[in-house]
Formats: sequence, C-alpha cells, structure tokens
Amino acid sequence: MSDRILEVDNLSVEFATYGGTVKAVRGVSFHVNRGETLAIVGESGCGKSVTVQAIMGIIPMPPGKITGGSARLNGKDILGLPAKQANQFRGVEIGMIFQDPMTSLNPTMTIGDQISETLMVHRGLSYKDASALAVQLLDKTKIAEAAKRAKQYPFEFSGGMLQRAMIAQSLACNPAVLMADEPTTALDVTIQAQILELMAELQRTENMSIILITHDLAVVARMADRVAVMYAGQIIESGSVDDIFYRSSHPYTLGLKEAMPSNKGDRDKKLSPILGSPPDLFHPPVGCGYFARCPYAMKVCEHQQPPEYLLAGDTTHQARCWLQHAGAPVNKRLYQTGANHAD
Amino acid sequence: MLIETKDLKKHFQIGRKQTLHAVDGVSLQIEENEILGLVGESGSGKSTFGKALIGLHSRTSGTTTYNGQLLPAKFTAADHLQYSKELQMIFQDPYSSLNPRMTVLDIVGEGLLIQGQTKRSEVKDQVALWLEKVGLNADHMSRYPHEFSGGQRQRIGIARAMIIQPRFVVCDEPISALDVSVQAQVVNLLEQLKQDLGLTLLFIAHDLSMVRYVSDRMAVMYLGSLVESGPADDVFFNPQHPYTQLLIEANPEPDPETERHHKYVPIIGEITSPINLGAGCRFADRCPKVMSHCRSVTPKTTVVAAKHTVNCHLFE
Repeated sequence: MSDRILEVDNLSVEFATYGGTVKAVRGVSFHVNRGETLAIVGESGCGKSVTVQAIMGIIPMPPGKITGGSARLNGKDILGLPAKQANQFRGVEIGMIFQDPMTSLNPTMTIGDQISETLMVHRGLSYKDASALAVQLLDKTKIAEAAKRAKQYPFEFSGGMLQRAMIAQSLACNPAVLMADEPTTALDVTIQAQILELMAELQRTENMSIILITHDLAVVARMADRVAVMYAGQIIESGSVDDIFYRSSHPYTLGLKEAMPSNKGDRDKKLSPILGSPPDLFHPPVGCGYFARCPYAMKVCEHQQPPEYLLAGDTTHQARCWLQHAGAPVNKRLYQTGANHAD
Repeated sequence: MLIETKDLKKHFQIGRKQTLHAVDGVSLQIEENEILGLVGESGSGKSTFGKALIGLHSRTSGTTTYNGQLLPAKFTAADHLQYSKELQMIFQDPYSSLNPRMTVLDIVGEGLLIQGQTKRSEVKDQVALWLEKVGLNADHMSRYPHEFSGGQRQRIGIARAMIIQPRFVVCDEPISALDVSVQAQVVNLLEQLKQDLGLTLLFIAHDLSMVRYVSDRMAVMYLGSLVESGPADDVFFNPQHPYTQLLIEANPEPDPETERHHKYVPIIGEITSPINLGAGCRFADRCPKVMSHCRSVTPKTTVVAAKHTVNCHLFE
C-alpha cells in the first residue's frame, strides 16, 4: 500500500545490563499512513520511547541491540543502518522532537545556529542562506520577533518557546514523518494547548504524518487518528481513536481509561487504579504480560501468549487478548465480537 | 475554619534591586475536613504558597491563622517542633524528597522520634502499621528508597507525613511524577485518609481534571495572586475569571467525540516575569477582556455566587 509511509514489522529490542538482558520491545508491528497521527500510548517502561528510538537509530548499541524485525520508510529498510546512511533519513525524512526541550538543545549554541546547522548539513546551504531560512522556520512555529530570537541561547527561552524552536528545527528538511516523544508532558496545560494546535496546523499545511508518544489519554483524544496501546514491550491493542475509546477490547485499555478522571458524567464515580506493577522485562512472562494485573485473567493467560485478534467488522482494530477468542466467556465491559475462530 | 491567610506575601530578594513576587497577597480560607485544590501554571506561586502556609518559607507580610492561633512569620526550631505535629507536607518529587541513605523505617519513623512521645520500640510497630495503611508491605521497612518504584516512594512520603497524625497536610503535586494507573491509587488513598482521620488537605496540582475530581473546593492562582475560588464544580463548569475560563478551555478531555467539537481559544503569550511587579491585575497583559484600569488598579475579591469569589474588575 503506497499510502503507508512507515511500516514497522515485528520489531524487538534488548538491552544488556549488569542485571541481565532487558527485553524492552517484544515484537512490535504498526504502520503510519500519510498525513495521519498515530498515538503510541503506554505507561513508563512499556517500551514506547525505545520503539521510536530504534526506528530513528538513536539507541546506543551496545548496550542496546535490535534483535529482530524491520522498519521501512517509503519502502526502504531503515532499521539498524550505519550512522552515515542513517543520517540520510534521520532529521531529513523523519524529524523528531523530545519530551524535555530544556535538555535537548545545545546550551552553547544560539537557537538560530542550531537550526542552520541542520540546514547546512542536510541541504548543503551556505551559512547565510541557512540563517535566513532558520528565521523563517521560527516564524512558522509562531515565535514572535523570530530574527531577534534566533540570536538568543536556549536559556533565554521559556519551555514552550523551546518546544517551538525544536519543532522549527525538526521541520528544517520538510520531513514526511514527525516523531514527537511526549512533546507536551513538561509543559503547562495552556502551553500544551498552544503546541498541540501548532502541531495540528503544521500537519495540515505540510501534509506530515505524526507519531505521538504519550501517556495522556486526553492528548490522544485531541490529536490521534489511530492509536496503539503498548504494555510490557508489546502492542496490546490498536485501532482508530474511536475503537480504542468507545470499543476498548483489552482489559488494560479499559483500566487506563477508568484510572483517569473524566469531566463528563458522574463526579462521584470512583477512579479505579490498576493494581500491581508491570512485569519484570528481565524475565518477561510466558503468557500475557498483563496477566498478573488483569481482573479478568483466565488460566490460559498465564501460560500462553494471546495472538493478535482482528475484531470483526473492523479492518484495523486488533487486540492481543484471550478474551477475544471465540470460546472465551462474555465480558460485558469489553468490546467482543466473538468472531475469532479457535486456532 | 481551620486555616486562613490574609494578604499573604512571600517575596524573594534577588540581587540588590530586584524582588521576585512569588506570592503576592493571597487571602484564602480552608475549612476543617475539606480538600482545597490549588491550580495554576508553573511559576504561579502555588508551591511557595503551600510552603509559606506551614512555615517552610517565612512570610514577607500578611497573616496566617491556624485553628485560631496566629502563626509566626518566621518559624524557629521550636515552632517547627510544635507545629509539625499538626501541619505536614507531602512533596512533589518522590525521588529527591527521600534521603537515599536512610531506610524506610528511619524515614517514616523519624518524625515520631523527634516528637519524642513514642518509645523507640513502639516506633517500629507504628511504622509497620502505617506502611500497611498506605498499601506497602511492612516487611519492606529495612529497605532503602532506591528499591522502590515511584508510586511506592510517594506512598512512603505519605506514610512519613501521616504517621504524626497531622490535622492539615499540604500535598504539593503528589501525583505529577506518577503513571496514570498509580495516580488513581494515590488519589484514592488520600481520599480514604481524609475520611478516616478527618484530615484537611491543600492539594496542589496542575492537572485540572484531577483537581476537580479530588477537591471539594478549587482555587486558581496566577502570577502570585489568587484569581478565583469556589466549589470545585462551580469553578470548573462555570468559571468566571477570564484566566480560569481560558485555563479550563485549554484542558483536553479524554474523549474523542468531545475533542472533535472542542474549540481551542489559545491564551496569547506566556506567564510574565514575577520580578518587580507593580499594582494592577497580574493577568492584564494576556487578558482578552482587559480594560484600561486593569493595568493600574489591583482587583478586589468579589463574591459572584455562594462561596464563589473572583478577583477581577469585570465583577466589581
């Protein structure tokens, strides 16, 4: 399918540590279509950042190691390329912005020079042309007095302004995909609204795809077309944003939703925390990763990995849960189609 | 009324001629056995206010009355000893607020030993009791903080504050550093403790939905001053101050259908510097409804509905 700009297939990443090998990403597959926003949701340690870092080729190896899978950008394999070849797509076809704008920019270079550097390296511009274009890029991200701001250093910028500057830098080469790793987590809600609006607007004007990594379901509801929910290094449910919110098919997705306060409906409804903690990825469980915390766990869940079930009537909604098996008991809280045949 | 501040100010001198107005005249009452949620952007002075309330910062001016007594502007060691029995704090960062060289037993039990009314032999039982109450395993008391996850550390911080059985606790962003699933655990625990022990809480946070969920009343701060306060649902669903309106408008809702129809009216610009502020409304520079006298006259507190007050010239 030509519309798929990025396709990741069965990606696995491990880290060698003193305590043993951590299996951080365990067979993750997803794709991103042109012009859409895919949100990857999950809690800390679920492997969402490692997934995109592996695709970008910015995982330090060693200790990191990509043990399997592939990632194709416009049909070209980009996984695990040596630095020289990786630099041809990194920052060019895929731009990236990070969670903490304070520490992601070089404190000893002016903002303008940092953006110009990208332009000089990747597009071969002269310093003069690059500087002029850098100012235009800052202007595009709605930084007031861009020419003056370009000559300032990161410490002279506020958090929201730095995030804008980082977006300006990531746009330098008109990337087809923008990876945003928790871009608004460090920001206040008013600044978050500004940055999300900016991203949505740039996506429309530049026809860019966005991979948004976040743990905030409200941000997902605001931004995403499609969602992949990660848990313990695997995608446990994926589908359209409406599938995930209104037809949740995995107990973990349901758990996440019910742990968050909603401003609709009954205020006296108690939040339901997810008890326990995620499994130890030094020794990933044999069965379902969510088994120990799942309120609906069955015997099979402990011993056997659930396959990825495609939910009937949908072309993209998938859940990795035994409750989607045709023989599984009916669960009123989960969306089940019951159409999955026994393997 | 358990605790009340009148025109509380906390200024920091930075350099010879510069004054940082962290808290600039906040008058607020907290009733016994209520949770007051305090929201505002970073730099609005909400943490400084919380600390000044219980004597962890000295006051520049204004008064704090606790249980009918006037609290000293600057706490001496003896004041801290006296008031820490009743006024406690849960800190934001569960990673840096626990001493890494102390065991959980030492951390949680230290308050009891300092208060001196518990025998050393009984401290251990108390610590075990409280660890169980906050949902930790009592066998873990000989461990060090690094052996726990963020959520567990936050519970240690809660046990440390609660073991003294205080009447009033300042919770400074107790859930910001935690994962969604764990946030709900901590929030439910605080709610439970409030009911069981008749606690009064000041719950400082920037997550508006969570503050609305947790709090009985809600207060909004902007640049060191209070802009609005009232029953949580009134403030959230019927905000009056232009800043509160924009703040709540900017808050996304975890519901795609709502978000598709959610019109975002961005606040222009960013929070101004709190250094060397003059008179006038703090929000004047960014306010869409600004009038000429907003920049020169500090607005007074106006009651707009039952228990719902706004500091804005539009309502005077």
